[in-house]
Amino acid sequence: MATQLADIADLKSIPVEDINVAQPAIFAAGEEGAWFERLRREDPVHYCHDSQFGAYWSITKYKDIMDVEMNHKVFSSESSLGGITISDPEYMGEDGGLELPMFIAMDPPKHDEQRKTVSPIVAPSHLQLLADGIRERAGEVLDELPVGEEFDWVDRVSIELTTQMLAILFDFPWEDRRKLTRWSDVATGSPESGVVESWDQRKQELFECAAYFQKLWDERIKGQPAKDLISMMAHGEATKNMPYMEFLGNLILLIVGGNDTTRNSISGGLLALHEHPEEYAKLKADPSLIPNMVSEMIRWQTPLAHMRRTALEDCEVGGKLIKKGDKVVMWYISGNRDEDSIDNPNEFLIDRKKARQHLAFGFGIHRCVGNRLAEMQLQIVWEEIMKRFSHIEVVGEPTRVFSTFVRGYSHMPVIVHK
Amino acid sequence: MPKITFVAHDGTEHVVEVEAGTTARDAAVDNEIPGIDGDCGGNCACATCHIFVADDWINAVGKAEPESIEAELIQFADDYTENSRLACQITMSDELDGLVLNMPLAQH
Ligand code: HEM
Ligand code: FES
Repeated sequence: MATQLADIADLKSIPVEDINVAQPAIFAAGEEGAWFERLRREDPVHYCHDSQFGAYWSITKYKDIMDVEMNHKVFSSESSLGGITISDPEYMGEDGGLELPMFIAMDPPKHDEQRKTVSPIVAPSHLQLLADGIRERAGEVLDELPVGEEFDWVDRVSIELTTQMLAILFDFPWEDRRKLTRWSDVATGSPESGVVESWDQRKQELFECAAYFQKLWDERIKGQPAKDLISMMAHGEATKNMPYMEFLGNLILLIVGGNDTTRNSISGGLLALHEHPEEYAKLKADPSLIPNMVSEMIRWQTPLAHMRRTALEDCEVGGKLIKKGDKVVMWYISGNRDEDSIDNPNEFLIDRKKARQHLAFGFGIHRCVGNRLAEMQLQIVWEEIMKRFSHIEVVGEPTRVFSTFVRGYSHMPVIVHK
Repeated sequence: MPKITFVAHDGTEHVVEVEAGTTARDAAVDNEIPGIDGDCGGNCACATCHIFVADDWINAVGKAEPESIEAELIQFADDYTENSRLACQITMSDELDGLVLNMPLAQH
């Protein structure tokens, strides 16, 4: 890690062709902005010959990212080719490995079929039915916060509210809800990441998860159709005969897709307000800005720094020739700071015009299906916060996640004031 | 200048008049008609400008080209129907003067 930190200091002196931005240490130090700024300026479609993840292309401009997103016939998400993150799926073929089919890492036509079965469950019309429950629970979490005393915002608010959102979506047994967070970590974790001790342990825990959901499915299919996701899938025409591993893959995808993203938007949003007191003042003066602010918070945080594709044939992007088989990384965090597509991108403005026009949810056929759920959760959190607290202060340096994929915080000390 | 009537899900009508050549998405967003988000800025990349073309108008407007990007994206839209289109892919002209577009409950 020491050498990586030395690299960070070296940014100005390294030749552009030697830049490797995909170093978790850069993100953990919160330094990625300067690196991407240089790539956008000097070499916006950049080839890195070697990294801990092998060779890869960095796509750093908003418009080029959009081009790659829209060209899914050439730029594949297929998990067997490498999937959607810069690191290839490690558990495949490993002894004790277990792969769950998830449509985020599939190409059409399979992707399309699966997405259509899940999409109505997180569509706005259905979310309306969940809103009151989410609001009530969010209020309880906020009411229990110690006033005037330091605590960890990530654990007590961001993780807790996100877990509750997912538990409400699934009508998951309430006291067991942190299992959802655990399974999300396990599904995306590896022995190397320290989440599990071995591949075998990962498999065991995912089987436990599978058995748990099987039990819920069996209960729900016997009961009356209800508005939770499991019941809807158990009773839905298109989903009731879904092979079990597919059902499980879809469930885990929703947990994983909703977990780190929503959590880190809640944490990152607070930090942004803390660091921009004039924006916090605007919010206090006019809470009707909240929906617009939420879009700006999601852009500002960009909780997934990238998505990855694999080229199925040679293709030109931004004047460079990407070769068949190449790994292509779309850096959303860079596109969301691209001065050619976003006015004053380095300013956090809760009343920003066209705040919805950001890349954090991706574009094209894989565009985040949970986007409205995430926005609703964030709106509710901020509406409820404004009803209760005059001010929230971040009182120490937050800890950033050591990852080039999840862009977020593992710890953020705060004090809330009545 | 051609007129468009946007009919909200609850029946409220919003009439706007725009230059020929403007897309129906821009007509809605520029005039702050609620119900069309248009998150990708009109690039046929987000499907948050989903509308239902009124029956009387579907022949004049036409359906989404099969196998086009529009057709690929719109199949995921909430309450997708035969008359579903993306408003950013409808360009206004004098022939479309009086166009009626119905809006979904919300964009996804
Ligand atoms: C602020 C919060 C969120 C952000 C920033 C976010 C971001 C993303 C991104 C970048 C993608 C991939 C887009 C692409 O490849 O073009 C995605 C896909 C997806 N997200 Fe989200 N997400 C968020 C919340 C959620 C929530 C709450 C859920 C579900 C409960 C969810 C479920 C999914 C699923 C299932 C996909 C796969 C869609 C597909 O492949 O068709 N996300 N999300
Ligand atoms: S505005 Fe995004 S698809 Fe029409």
